[in-house]
Amino acid sequence: MNQQDGYADDIVKGFVIWSMVWGLVAVLLGVFISFQIAFPQLNFPPYLTYGRLRPIHTNAGIFGWGIGSFMAFFIYITQRLTRRSLWSPGLAKAQLWLFNVVIALAAVTLAMGMNRSKEYAELEWPVATLVVVLWVIFSVNIVMTIVKRREEQMYISLWYILATLVGVAVLYLVNNAAIPVSLTKSYSAYAGANDANVQWWYGHNAVAMVLTTPPLAIFYYFLPKATGVPIYSHRMSVVAFWSLIFMYLWTGAHHLLWAPVPDWVQTLAMGFSVMLIAPSWAAVFNGYFSMNGQWHQMRENYLVKFLIFGITFYGMQTLQGPSQSIRTFSAFIHFTDWVPGHVHMGTLGWVSLVLFAAIYYTVPRIYHTEVYSIPMANMHFWLVLTGQLIFSITMWIAGVQQAAMLNATNPDGSLHYSFIETLAELYPYWYMRAAGGVIYLAGLLLFLYNIYKTITGGKPQAAVQPA
Amino acid sequence: MIEKKPIIFLLLATATILVGTIITMVLPFRWINDPKLAIASVKPYTPLQLEGRDIYIREGCNNCHTQTVRPLLSDTERYGEYSKSGEFVYDQPFLWGSRRNGPDLARIGGKYPDAWHVKHMKDPRAMVPRSNMPSYAFLDRPLDTSLTEKKMKALKFPYTQADIDALKGKTELDAMVAYMQKVGNDIPWRKAGKAEVVGELKNPFQDNLSVLPEGQKLYAEHCAQCHGIELKGEVGPDLRDMDKPDSKVFATIYSGITEGGMPAFGDTLGKERTWKVVTYLKSVHRK
Repeated sequence: MNQQDGYADDIVKGFVIWSMVWGLVAVLLGVFISFQIAFPQLNFPPYLTYGRLRPIHTNAGIFGWGIGSFMAFFIYITQRLTRRSLWSPGLAKAQLWLFNVVIALAAVTLAMGMNRSKEYAELEWPVATLVVVLWVIFSVNIVMTIVKRREEQMYISLWYILATLVGVAVLYLVNNAAIPVSLTKSYSAYAGANDANVQWWYGHNAVAMVLTTPPLAIFYYFLPKATGVPIYSHRMSVVAFWSLIFMYLWTGAHHLLWAPVPDWVQTLAMGFSVMLIAPSWAAVFNGYFSMNGQWHQMRENYLVKFLIFGITFYGMQTLQGPSQSIRTFSAFIHFTDWVPGHVHMGTLGWVSLVLFAAIYYTVPRIYHTEVYSIPMANMHFWLVLTGQLIFSITMWIAGVQQAAMLNATNPDGSLHYSFIETLAELYPYWYMRAAGGVIYLAGLLLFLYNIYKTITGGKPQAAVQPA
Repeated sequence: MIEKKPIIFLLLATATILVGTIITMVLPFRWINDPKLAIASVKPYTPLQLEGRDIYIREGCNNCHTQTVRPLLSDTERYGEYSKSGEFVYDQPFLWGSRRNGPDLARIGGKYPDAWHVKHMKDPRAMVPRSNMPSYAFLDRPLDTSLTEKKMKALKFPYTQADIDALKGKTELDAMVAYMQKVGNDIPWRKAGKAEVVGELKNPFQDNLSVLPEGQKLYAEHCAQCHGIELKGEVGPDLRDMDKPDSKVFATIYSGITEGGMPAFGDTLGKERTWKVVTYLKSVHRK
């Protein structure tokens, strides 16, 4: 039920390919800056310093790889769940061009030092304006496709897709409010503690609306597709959906615990962060229970392996996150390497594993080929899993060690270590992290090669396809 | 029902995300930066300081340095007085950061003399041997002042023509140092929070040669960047002819000299280790 139904799948091809390109950029830069932290001689000012490259790494990862592939799969999934072709393929083509222009502009302007400094909202106002245009084009196309659908019921994936469209719009507009000085420079419209509170309302809900709801939409669609059995409970996914989008927005200030923002905002953030375990784990259980009687597929079906490990990391992420948002634990590990360890379990473990599965599933279908090599896909799985675990585990240990050293006191109450003494102990962990990054990169290259061969050299699929 | 009505669904979802948004993000505007929390001594940035701050933003310093001291022992003992919201009312954007790859800078103003910053920015490892900070020697280039007045106007900060004229001939490094010296220094915390040494001070290690190796090691870690590994002086004065009494040397290291740029080491070293450094310094003098 692909091209013969008139689905606009050429545009999906474009987004899949370009998101992989930006994903490669994000990982290459990530590996490079991990070496810069361990070997400061690798900083080449002014353009290639850690301070300028790290925002390019995060923007390429979240917006290039993340949003790029979400656009691909939102377009792919929405057409199939509504049983109609995309409302405007022409608009989607313009969207692909604009998307690439925006990400390329982001990389260039950030390298030149045009940077608003607000995390994941670094882009200066002319580029940010293009992002808004891009999002409006995208949203209109998806919403119109849904409005004009041929299938009356909206499957849960469409719920998450709609929530993403409106959520990102609200977050992005509010946090990017700026006072322009010139085309290349602006100041935040908010000051001091207000700016901090707005920023982390945005920053944490970018995690919600970019790194949680879209992968969940994709997971809920592709898990049943991969296993051939439906999702365990529609009702559970509905309850989880509403509680997730209700509770997430209260939690931003857990990034500001002990900072000079009002205590009650911090306490609410802490409470809601812990409550978020419930809807998060409802999705995890929904995934696990869908596997009842199907667990043998973990051995036989490589797609299931990616998806189930993905949702497992989501589950671990949503237990670790709330624990970090408790004041006492935050006091200990905040500002240390623990946090990058946490973040990368979510981005490399949860989001990327689900996206890999979705790409492996869709590319052969839209190109009418077969996957070039399943053993290679298995190898890819183990390499990225190993690389990611090395990254996260070394960073957790490094974070706990540095936190312990920073808190160590002498018998007379003075601090035992100066800051630099705690930093010097981190080098071995940073070498290991960089090694983990190289392993991850090797896995990613294998994946890209596999997809490349699938697109160009794969055997043509039989004319009659399984649905 | 609503799974069949996308527009109603969209409105409901929007309303749902707006509840937490309004309560935890919109409402706090009423309390944060309330005039009651204002601190009179906190002043807007001068043109030079603002240009320095913009360079700090341009170079992404906030990726490695935070600017908030939390009210926790390990923060206040290490960096100084905890941060107050009234100190940040002129910060657009805020620069609190999220990761300490380097130390917190919320109380960096006045901690070191300008010369220390210049040397450190040009070659961080010359001052802090195991640091992983990139070198910022390239900042020693003319400051671009074409937007300065527009920036000051955009932020509604007061300035005079003399302030603008004074920017002539300044380098980016000058602006950066001016900004560093302003950060966290608008409240008189150094004076107020200064560790006063009371009572008669007597060196417990006087003539105790066994503490000299540790004293020398502590000196190399904490003092040599400014006073030189051979005590010949560089950013700080020559220490080879230390003829002051032990108690005076102790007080200087322990509490610092705010006016002279000598940081206080009492919080880092504690009494015992400070005495060991004193003993080492005096032993060099005797040679």
